[in-house]
Amino acid sequence: MTEHYPVLILLVPLFGALIATLLGRERQLACWLTALISLGVSSIFAIGNICVLLASGEGELRYRMGGWNENSGYEVGIELRIDMLAALVVAVVVSVGLINTIFAKTRVAGEMREKVAFFYALNQLLIVGLCGIIMTNDAFNLYVLIEITSLTSYALIAMGNRRAALSSFNYIIMGTIGASFYLLGVGYLYIKTGSLNIDDIHTVLQSGKLWGDASITIAFIMIMIGLWIKMALFPLHGWLPNAYSYAPGVVGSFMAPLMTKVMVYVMLRVMLWLFGGAYIYTSGLVWGELVVWMSIIAIVAGSFLALARTDIKKMLTYLIVAEVGYMVGGAWLADGAGLVGSMYHILSDAAMTFCLFLAASIVILRTGDHRLTAFNGLFARMPLTMIGFTIGGLSMIGLPPTCGFFSKWYLISGGIAAGHWSYVAALLFSSLVNAVIFFRIFERAYFGNIKGVVDEQLPDDGDGAPPLTLERVPLSMLIPLFLAGISVLLVGFYNQTLVSWLMDVIPPL
Amino acid sequence: MEFLAAGFIEDNIVPKFNYWIYVILMMIGLYAMITKNNLIKKLIGMAVFQTAIILFYVSIGVKAESGIPILGHGQHHEIVDEGRPSSEVIAKEKFANPLPHVLMLTAIVVGVSTLGLALAISQRIYISFDTLEEDEILDQLRPGGHD
Amino acid sequence: MIEESYLPLITWMVALLAVPAILVLRKNPNAREGATFVAALAKFALVLAMLPAVMAGRVLRFSFGEILPGIPLEFRVDGLGMLFALVATSLWILTTLYAVGYMRGLKEHDQTRFFTCFAVSISATIGVAFAGNLFTLYLFYEMLSLSTYPLVTHHGDKAARSGGRTYLSHLLGTSVAFVLPAMIYCWVKSGGDMSFTDGGFLAGKIGAGDGLIVLLAFTLGFAKSGLMPFHSWLPNAMVAPTPVSALLHAVAVVKVGVFCILRVFTGVFGTDTLESLDITTAVTYLAGFTVIASSLIALTQDNLKRRLAFSTIGQLAYIILGVSFLSANGITGSVMHIAMHAFGKITLFFCAGAIFIATGKKYISQMVGIGRQMPVTMTAFLLGSLSIIGLPPFGGAWSKWYLFLGALDAEQMLMAVILVISSLLNIAYLLPVAVNALFRKPPADSGDDATAGIREAPVACVIPLSITAVAGFVIFLFPGLVYDLAQLLISNG
Repeated sequence: MTEHYPVLILLVPLFGALIATLLGRERQLACWLTALISLGVSSIFAIGNICVLLASGEGELRYRMGGWNENSGYEVGIELRIDMLAALVVAVVVSVGLINTIFAKTRVAGEMREKVAFFYALNQLLIVGLCGIIMTNDAFNLYVLIEITSLTSYALIAMGNRRAALSSFNYIIMGTIGASFYLLGVGYLYIKTGSLNIDDIHTVLQSGKLWGDASITIAFIMIMIGLWIKMALFPLHGWLPNAYSYAPGVVGSFMAPLMTKVMVYVMLRVMLWLFGGAYIYTSGLVWGELVVWMSIIAIVAGSFLALARTDIKKMLTYLIVAEVGYMVGGAWLADGAGLVGSMYHILSDAAMTFCLFLAASIVILRTGDHRLTAFNGLFARMPLTMIGFTIGGLSMIGLPPTCGFFSKWYLISGGIAAGHWSYVAALLFSSLVNAVIFFRIFERAYFGNIKGVVDEQLPDDGDGAPPLTLERVPLSMLIPLFLAGISVLLVGFYNQTLVSWLMDVIPPL
Repeated sequence: MEFLAAGFIEDNIVPKFNYWIYVILMMIGLYAMITKNNLIKKLIGMAVFQTAIILFYVSIGVKAESGIPILGHGQHHEIVDEGRPSSEVIAKEKFANPLPHVLMLTAIVVGVSTLGLALAISQRIYISFDTLEEDEILDQLRPGGHD
Repeated sequence: MIEESYLPLITWMVALLAVPAILVLRKNPNAREGATFVAALAKFALVLAMLPAVMAGRVLRFSFGEILPGIPLEFRVDGLGMLFALVATSLWILTTLYAVGYMRGLKEHDQTRFFTCFAVSISATIGVAFAGNLFTLYLFYEMLSLSTYPLVTHHGDKAARSGGRTYLSHLLGTSVAFVLPAMIYCWVKSGGDMSFTDGGFLAGKIGAGDGLIVLLAFTLGFAKSGLMPFHSWLPNAMVAPTPVSALLHAVAVVKVGVFCILRVFTGVFGTDTLESLDITTAVTYLAGFTVIASSLIALTQDNLKRRLAFSTIGQLAYIILGVSFLSANGITGSVMHIAMHAFGKITLFFCAGAIFIATGKKYISQMVGIGRQMPVTMTAFLLGSLSIIGLPPFGGAWSKWYLFLGALDAEQMLMAVILVISSLLNIAYLLPVAVNALFRKPPADSGDDATAGIREAPVACVIPLSITAVAGFVIFLFPGLVYDLAQLLISNG
């Protein structure tokens, strides 16, 4: 049984999606339950996967789809490959999906009455796609899964208002360009190496004979540009802010933490396991320096753009752009600590972005205001929601003991070890800008008046109960927020364990 | 004008004309996707773009003087000892590489679904905005927008 | 000699345990303040309980386990930490008493939040005092910044908010921008170990060039020390209620800043390493400049609390100056000055608050002749001023004496001159306040009735300030404890 866990993670939500579609719009509760159960089962398998990996001590699990050629020497058929990094990211993806499904219970009925069944179906399909991306060991299969994920996300985003439809359209154009570039790159790799299996390609490339080859260089550039578009690395980020901020709240809240992070994972996979560290860092190309500088620009620009926003979700989406810069930079420092930091940041950033988006969703829902003014006086009126938001915010700034601090720690130590001071400076700069952004909000939430104006003093309410409470938030929304907040702290608290696992994953550079 | 000399064309264009065609098609598609104002024209560009890549893949499976990769009658009956078709019996140089073709079947499906979804969304855009011209849509959004 | 013990943990926890009690008892102010008192007394008792072991040269240690590779969250109580903890906890008791009188006298709002944040701040201060490694130190340093923010912005008006903004942006900004990278650099350089050791964990692992940068990053990054140019948060933080200014911005928060710098000098680099690298001159000059500049600015301030704030900046710079001499006498002076200045300055702040409660006056120009109404308060103010100036028979005399000796030992004649000039400036900006209040008549047009008799602040305010004023004298007679604790640091270093 345990050897089938990887494929079961994929299959259960796949069938769940089918069932949810068949149940149709009339049976909303049944749709919700289907999604809840299938993702719940899937996350049990995902955690089981981690346990199996730890127990086996081999560092990776392999699963041949359909039992193809299990005993022959041919590399035919599709293979799943799960190392610790993949297992962790899969677990994050599935559990974020699960928690967001709980969160969605009351929101979906309110936001898209007609499309409840479709939402739950697409929701599960998206999780299937993301998990597939993480686990597959086949370069072409990866393309198909990226497109499955993208297609579902285009549809999910378009479920919002008319602006969402337009943003989704732009996302389709950009996303297709990105995926097509990736596909082209894979084509060139196939021409040169004759295989699509990531390990096979790696074996051929590792010998170094093909390093100077123009086709390989082109393939590398094409794949990287494709992935950078998909992960919204500045200046290829244009599609992201609108798509995630105009999407329905429940869609944005799980797409924002997952999509870019999984694409960063794919980039790491392509760098370390497809081309190999030797080609990436030491083949005489100067990519490393160039890309780290790109990431520095992304961090600085993303932070500035976020600072200038008055719309809550827009601001958060630009923060994602900056965070993508963190991870890309960490990955290209050509240093073990940087790589670990980048991997760890995938997990921690998913947790904190999720936490922030959930809290922002609740705030926007309860106040009916999507600008920063919505936060005025919220510490008194929605204390529980604001605790969640504060945890997420402190993590973004990078204050201990949240996970954001520890990922900054590893990334900065990577930057120091690699001697890349400008990257260190960019990280610190972004921390400071985030501090300004979030403490501006905290100040509003702490002192602001109920309506817009922040200048008069709050009426003295003594030590009694706050004058007005907005916190009539259903438990189905508060519990997910708390789970997300706790996970921000737990990922931070267990950073040493996670990092020691991730250390073992990194192939020798 | 050195690159237009006969030698250059013979050496670089003729043997690699499939690449040249795909690159030209791809650039046409990319140009349309980025510069066109009308959303449907953007989608046409996207279709051209995707088709160019499909052409590229299909063309790399080609070998000189090879046929379609379908086994003739009787060929697959000849089994050698280990229990798998012998490569000696099936002469691989006689068949085009089928794998890129198979891959492209999937890619075509992906492309069609993307196009279908994009068309559906542009229909929704048309219903909400009464136009498919991007500049007119943006004009409509400007007063109320906070972008 | 390291000894495992739960005492540091319990001492640290006591103030945190008071938080739920304060929140539960929020409807009953007497019980709520009772809880604070119990916590304060328990904390002081626990610190005293550790004193004999520390005096015997032992180090009490408690570890929570590793948080980052090679870095545990860990408490270690040594002489320096002990001294700081003693000062902070003993003054917490008095400040609590004072705060009760002050907050009730002015009928302040949100008193529950005030006492809660106060307890958390004290806990963070003890965390810094006991921190066994740089990471733990940083953790509690940040915790202190965040937990004091609601106290600074307590009034919630525009001035409080802008003060709070300056406060956080300076303290958080510098710690993230300078301390964090310097700390990670140390971690990378030292190979994963960041425990404060005698002689410094960076000893022999760092060169003069990067050593200077790291040292400056730490010195500027721990901006709670009020060293120029990142000092302006302190005058702005004076918008806080006076008990906050008194305990936090004269004792706990600012002393945390200099304490961290002392730790960096002695525990991170080690004085021997610093001496051989010869990189402390920059810090010496920065501190010397701050001493003079802040005293000059203090002369121009009419708001009493702001004048005291600038005086604090100058006095803190003494401490940094002393340690940057790297001589035994200089460090002794620095460590002693942490305690001596604390008793003096808290007296002055208590008096400023008492004047505000009794008469509503904030400006020095309004305080002429006020001694007739408030003889106890103004006498205490005079005693506190003398201690800060460093005249015998008050505690400040000892620490200034050792600082002066330290400057001579290090052959820093310029700095010795600066110390003398600065003491004269101290006289110029502190003494007139007390003298004018006590010995001149109030101006006829001030509206004050000179014959109104004595109108002191509430007893709960007057008692603590009398105690601290007298303590400034007692500590001159019995400086042994403070001196011995300071010697522990030197003998080990």
